[in-house]
Amino acid sequence: MKNKEPLILVIVVFFSLVTYYLVEPFAHSQMHKHVESEGFAYADLPSVKTGDATRGKDLVMGAGACTGCHSIKSADMPAPMDAVSAAAAYGVNPPDLSNAGAVYDAKFLNALIKNPAHALMVEHKFDAAKGQMHPMVAFYGAGGDIDQEVADMVAYLQSIAPKADKLTPKMAFETACGRCHAVRYEKWTQIGETPTFKFKKDALAQKIKVLEYQDSLTKYMGKLPPDLSMYIRSRGEHYIKTFVENPQNYLKGTAMPRVGVNAEAADKVIEYLEDAGDAKRHERTNVGINVMIFMLVFVIFAVLWKREVWRDLH
Amino acid sequence: MAHFTKATSVKDWLNQRLAIEKVEKVMASEYWIPKNINFLWAMGMVLVITFALLLVSGIFLLMYYQPNVNLAFDSVNYTIMREVDFGWLWRHVHGVAASVVFLIIYIHMFTAIYYGSYKKGREMIWISGMLLFVAFSAEAFSGYMLPWGQMSYWAGMVITNLFSGGSLHADGLVEWIRGDYVPAQAFLNRFFMLHVLLIPVAIMGLIGLHFGALRIPHVNNQDGEEIDFDAESKKYLAGDKAGSKVIRFANDFMSKDMMVVAIYLVFFFYLVFFHYDFAMDPVNFDPADGLKTPTHIYPEWYFLWSYEILRPFSTNIGLMAFAFAQVIFMLLPFLDRSPNAVPASRRGLFKFWFWAMLIDMIVLTSMGKVPPIEPFGTIGFYAALTFIGLWILLPIITIFEKKA
Repeated sequence: MKNKEPLILVIVVFFSLVTYYLVEPFAHSQMHKHVESEGFAYADLPSVKTGDATRGKDLVMGAGACTGCHSIKSADMPAPMDAVSAAAAYGVNPPDLSNAGAVYDAKFLNALIKNPAHALMVEHKFDAAKGQMHPMVAFYGAGGDIDQEVADMVAYLQSIAPKADKLTPKMAFETACGRCHAVRYEKWTQIGETPTFKFKKDALAQKIKVLEYQDSLTKYMGKLPPDLSMYIRSRGEHYIKTFVENPQNYLKGTAMPRVGVNAEAADKVIEYLEDAGDAKRHERTNVGINVMIFMLVFVIFAVLWKREVWRDLH
Repeated sequence: MAHFTKATSVKDWLNQRLAIEKVEKVMASEYWIPKNINFLWAMGMVLVITFALLLVSGIFLLMYYQPNVNLAFDSVNYTIMREVDFGWLWRHVHGVAASVVFLIIYIHMFTAIYYGSYKKGREMIWISGMLLFVAFSAEAFSGYMLPWGQMSYWAGMVITNLFSGGSLHADGLVEWIRGDYVPAQAFLNRFFMLHVLLIPVAIMGLIGLHFGALRIPHVNNQDGEEIDFDAESKKYLAGDKAGSKVIRFANDFMSKDMMVVAIYLVFFFYLVFFHYDFAMDPVNFDPADGLKTPTHIYPEWYFLWSYEILRPFSTNIGLMAFAFAQVIFMLLPFLDRSPNAVPASRRGLFKFWFWAMLIDMIVLTSMGKVPPIEPFGTIGFYAALTFIGLWILLPIITIFEKKA
């Protein structure tokens, strides 16, 4: 009698794969809008001049300039207010600028300093004509060529920022995302990593600070931005990257600003989220390869045993 | 009381008390299986192995899982996935096995339909198998509640709502099932109980019934041939192994079973380590939030065909069609009026019925997941009508089937 098993196997595999294709790749392509990455090019923003870091330093540190609100810890400039008071004043704590030059794209920084609401893509929320001012005041120039002055400021921020290989995933996340988003699996809150306290009252005091900060943030954003602990599994790398590049692509009218990170910093942020929500990925791959080798050896022995037993049966 | 003699060996000691030699013969070496079978006959063993994987991985998960609405999500995604050594492995094995077990169940079911293995004394095998399908469905659904993610919550909401019966408005029944107005702590606790105790116990009992139902009618073969098991087994025991139409369960059939199991496990562990997303929906990695309905709510893939029989109709008709879909497979042995218990390829119109049913269920499965926009809504509607129509046609086409 003809052996029908190969044909049966082909039929079983064929129908299984068709079903898989229809319920996974095909169904998801119909359910979710596909957004191509722009490669963090920020093509809508104008190109920038070459800046001079020395002149930039005076502009950044000058009276009424950046350091009126922002700290630069690496240059020994402390924050004028603690995070909770700053959030009460501005809605969100202004970022420390130590790593800004490494995390943010230069074109984005230039545009941000000149017109924050435009660079952040939140003009639908902050309309100056209606008196809705963005909490970050635009830089109106120090008397010279404003484009050159802004380029100098960015050059200074880049000069004090850590080199790309020194930028850790945590630093990138803290600067780009961490003042709005908590990541409880990494003990991260909007006001920093929660330390271990010896006394319960200190732990509660810290918790109250976080809640106060979150109240201000909720008022500012409309809702409390979500905890990102499991976002690498619930959204995935492609979604997170393209969302961060331009949140309006997915959620028209969202209060989430365009973050303006460069491609390297985006990779670091993804790595941070992977450490939070997919911490065992390297172990999984290693164990997986070993298990596959074991199973293939098992198949060889199973086939040999079957042949041995069935030799007498045919 | 039986007469006991001084034992000559441990085996003899056990034999006098437990008749282990007799048990071994009945269960393995003289449990006769037809030789004329293909690898589809190994799906039962594949299911046993998959169920064992589910049970063992489930036991490990149970040691760390917290059935509490405030802790459940983090006990799974933080404690088990990050803190517990190899907790991630147990969870991925459990999640992938829960999905793959249904693929194998469907292959096993369609094998039985194709070869007519529900007829001529094998009705109870089919019925106990369908009861197992129902029990596995309940087990899968209750387990899906436990991580307390967005899909857990909203699938729980949607499925329990079905019990209101549309225009019957049996809202009290829905509240009774939930233990609350919405899925909450009471809901999570009872589904936890169902998932780890009541349904597994029922499944194990039904597996016993399913195996027991095989003893008298024996396993079918791929030509629907009626075999005289007594005569053929005597031939085998007399030494004519090649000429006999039957083989021992162990080691003859089992060696083939294990070969198929081994190949299956390569595929299974590939999915566990490198392609697990299909079994663990991304939406369920968002914690449950009763104030935030997900854009798309859909069941796991193995429920999609019956979901799509519910969805294209208005509420009451949809619920009736859905109820029809849940019970109709159970009645297959009685709706198939043909006297022939042979493969579908030798059964005239039933051959076309088989392939039409298979393809229609794949179409329903596919349409059950995509949003109900055109043309999917129309395709789903006609596929659901086709499903019902095929079952109405079945007794008619089989009653006129000629004796093969």
